[in-house]
Amino acid sequence: MTPLFTAADFFTLKPAIALCSVGCIVLFAEWAFRSRGAAAWVALFGELLTAYALWVHSADVAANGPRFALSNSMTIDGFSVFFGYIFVVSAILAIIISARYMEDEKSNRSEFYALMLFAQAGMTVMAQGYDLVTLFIGLELMALSFYVMVGFLRDELRSNEAAMKYLILGALSSGFLAYGFSILYGISGSTNLSEIADAVASRDLHDPILILAMVTTSVGLFFKISVVPFHMWAPDVYEGAPTPVTAYISVASKAASFALLMRIFLVPLVSAQEVWIPLLGGVALATMTLGNIAAITQNNLKRLLAYSSISHAGYILLGLVAGNETGLKGVSVYILVYMFMNFGVFALIAAMRRDGHAAEDIDDLGGLMGRHPGYAILMLILLLSLAGIPPTAGFYGKYFIFLGLLQAGQYFLAIVAALYVAVATYYYFRIIRAIFLSDGLEPATIAPGLGTKLALVASGVFTLVIGLYPEPFINMATNSILLALR
Amino acid sequence: MKEHILSIVWLTPLVGMFILLLLPKEAKNLIRLVANVAAFVGFLVSLPLVFWFDNASTAEYQFVERMSWIPSLGAEYYMGIDGISLLLIMLTTVVGFLSILSSWTAIDNRVKEYYSFFLFLQAAMLAVFMALDLFLFYVFWEIMLVPMYFIIGIWGHARRLYAAIKFFLYTLAGSVLLLLAMLALYFKHAEQFGVYSFAIEDLMRTQVPLDMQIWMFWGFFIAFAIKVPMFPLHTWLPDAHTEAPTAGSVILAGVLLKMGIYGMVRFSIPLLPEAASDPSTVQLIAALSIIGIVYGALVSLMQKNWKKLIAYSSVSHLGFCTLGIIALNPNGIAGGILQGINHGLSTPLLFLVIGIVYEQRHALEIADYGGLANRMPVYTVIFLISMLASMGMPGLNGFIGEFTILRGVFEHDPMWAAFAVLGIVLGAAYLLWLFQRTMLGPLTNPKNETLRDMNPREICVMLPLIAWCFWIGLYPKQHFEILDKPVARIVERVDPEYYSRNGIPNPLNEGAQVAKLVQD
Repeated sequence: MTPLFTAADFFTLKPAIALCSVGCIVLFAEWAFRSRGAAAWVALFGELLTAYALWVHSADVAANGPRFALSNSMTIDGFSVFFGYIFVVSAILAIIISARYMEDEKSNRSEFYALMLFAQAGMTVMAQGYDLVTLFIGLELMALSFYVMVGFLRDELRSNEAAMKYLILGALSSGFLAYGFSILYGISGSTNLSEIADAVASRDLHDPILILAMVTTSVGLFFKISVVPFHMWAPDVYEGAPTPVTAYISVASKAASFALLMRIFLVPLVSAQEVWIPLLGGVALATMTLGNIAAITQNNLKRLLAYSSISHAGYILLGLVAGNETGLKGVSVYILVYMFMNFGVFALIAAMRRDGHAAEDIDDLGGLMGRHPGYAILMLILLLSLAGIPPTAGFYGKYFIFLGLLQAGQYFLAIVAALYVAVATYYYFRIIRAIFLSDGLEPATIAPGLGTKLALVASGVFTLVIGLYPEPFINMATNSILLALR
Repeated sequence: MKEHILSIVWLTPLVGMFILLLLPKEAKNLIRLVANVAAFVGFLVSLPLVFWFDNASTAEYQFVERMSWIPSLGAEYYMGIDGISLLLIMLTTVVGFLSILSSWTAIDNRVKEYYSFFLFLQAAMLAVFMALDLFLFYVFWEIMLVPMYFIIGIWGHARRLYAAIKFFLYTLAGSVLLLLAMLALYFKHAEQFGVYSFAIEDLMRTQVPLDMQIWMFWGFFIAFAIKVPMFPLHTWLPDAHTEAPTAGSVILAGVLLKMGIYGMVRFSIPLLPEAASDPSTVQLIAALSIIGIVYGALVSLMQKNWKKLIAYSSVSHLGFCTLGIIALNPNGIAGGILQGINHGLSTPLLFLVIGIVYEQRHALEIADYGGLANRMPVYTVIFLISMLASMGMPGLNGFIGEFTILRGVFEHDPMWAAFAVLGIVLGAAYLLWLFQRTMLGPLTNPKNETLRDMNPREICVMLPLIAWCFWIGLYPKQHFEILDKPVARIVERVDPEYYSRNGIPNPLNEGAQVAKLVQD
């Protein structure tokens, strides 16, 4: 009999263990160090440990290739390492934005940072999991932490409402996902992804049971990545949640859900590609359409970004629809650049205040160029990148997606997706217009803390650097492609 | 020095911009001075190109710089110029400097931002004309929109916000189609040769079936047609021209519109020659050009707004350029490019002329003026010359361009030439009528009595352009010599037998012979 827990198992779990244990320490940080800021520092220390563990993982993958552990229920591969790094960077950015914001909202408590780390532990399990149960546990750990974080501003009605909405819809989607997983287990008699893949491959593609499993699983996952028609929660939750949490949800939670989605579609369901490609293509098309059109009329920045992030999810999904190496590279590149540009914009929003309240409207940015030219230029870079204009990072995400679609012969989707870039540019330019062109508006006060400044500058600089010299980042994305693709 | 001259030329304005960024924004005159110096230095460093350019012995790209940039995509930093780019680069450095000089008193708010955007625009435009890597070209092509958006949007007239975003979105919609067509060609090339490359000579080797070529051609073409702009994609132009500040209109008319022409002759036609010479493509583009020529001229006749009149006249004049180019013979293409340069000289002059009275009167309606000749004699002479240049008066540049185009077009299809001539007649009508309404007659409006004539700075802005107009008009030989070889290369792509069929010596062989002689 093999031992229950081997050294290899421990090695595989290192990032998750680091996050969970430091998360527990964070809970006591305020009390132990007699300082309210201590929790954030301890959490950052946890991120360093995790980054180190990931670095060791990546060295291992480079030397020995992918490996499995814990009775084949977890894996380490280029894919999991790439996403692990994405989670670490977004968690760091979220933590450094939070310190000042939560202080201003009088809710700077240790639990908040602990929840961030727990959520991240869930995400790493989602990226590493190779077994339905493991994946589901990771997802739930992440989701439960987010439900609490969204409602963390206890005295704010909007925050409470958002949390409630997120909880109910999130639970519903988890239900769908669990249902889909149970059918997959039913047809294969195993929860291991490879074994399910074999069982699926041996079945007729149009077997109703298989279709049912695929559809229910997809519904659960579509909720998490907020694509049409399961996107309704996103604008309300984005608006109501504390801004750093919004940024964290829109980037890390979305990236983790994409990781899970790709793992499911590209391992167990890979042989059913011809069935799910039209499904995903249709969803992506509807998502880009709705996201881009609904964003045009928004005046609240967080709602606008919610719709913009819905449309970005549509673009990312297109990489999967292309279904080739370029498309998958596009997904990774897109997620990487999306992280920087989105966090940058949210960092600035988190720093905006009017009469002691958070200011979140486009008009609150009025005349930013006149008062803070530095921030205005950074915002310009970030918004151009969101619109996908070269030479900013955002362009490369779209570049690979379009190229992937053309290689796969999906000309119609490519043309529609390309033309939506012009639509998206319109609403990003509404923000740019407020920043540069209108000077008559009463401006909001912008007083970023050190962490927020750092996050803003880092995001802006990375967005530009990736845009001007994307080579190393493209190589990083190339290494992250799931090898299971046939 | 010589091997990096192109980088020096396009980076000089950018360096100027970074210096500006370091200056305090209150020091307005210092900023103006630095910006003008930077633009002037930009012109000076571009001058050696003219002297070093080897027109006799080679038809290849010159001053080539090639470095790896993004190896995994096959994108390179690959710059080089031929005769077409040389003319356009010189036009850009001259018009760019003059429009910066012309803004000295016109712009008084947010001076630092203004000049920074202008220099940035200047750098991006120059790089567009140098890039020989399609990816690099696309990056500059797109980024150039951003400063132009701000120049229209911040310093424009009443409806500037609308005009700025319309300009941006219109061009962007074309650009994304260009991107797709470009990626499709790039992928096709990679499929056939196994290497990823965006360099144009590599892409030219790609074999693409005709039906796919036609799709790609329209992808390229729509992007460039929007920029030119061709009827019916021209509707952004009157708004952008009318709302932009004077210098913005000048650079827009002088240089930006030329990028559409340049894109056609550098990319769409040579990269996809079979699609370009397909009879239905040629007929359609010719028809749109002719409609543009006549429609633009008719609409100009109707205009009450001075700037809008000039804007629509651009639609008409650039119709000539596209008509000449799509005739696909040496005269047509060379004439089309030269007419592009001519338009880049005479239209900026006309906008500068408007700018001088606008700065004093803040009115753009033609009815607000009349009889200005009584008060502003120098101004009237300069306006007269600019107008005649634009009209195509023999002795001035417009005539040479139009004449060459008509020769080329006539060779292809006499009917086209007949329609195009109609545009020339109408052009004379609206320009002369404009001159009559604004300059001649008694000075009726009392507000115009305080107008002053042009000051030395304003005259200095105009003189180089006028001199160039006369140069082309009286002795255009050098310009045609410069264009000979690159045009022959384009003709070789679309119609390899052209020269032997018509018994005309091929300029490309000539060059080879000369080179051989030199070697011997």
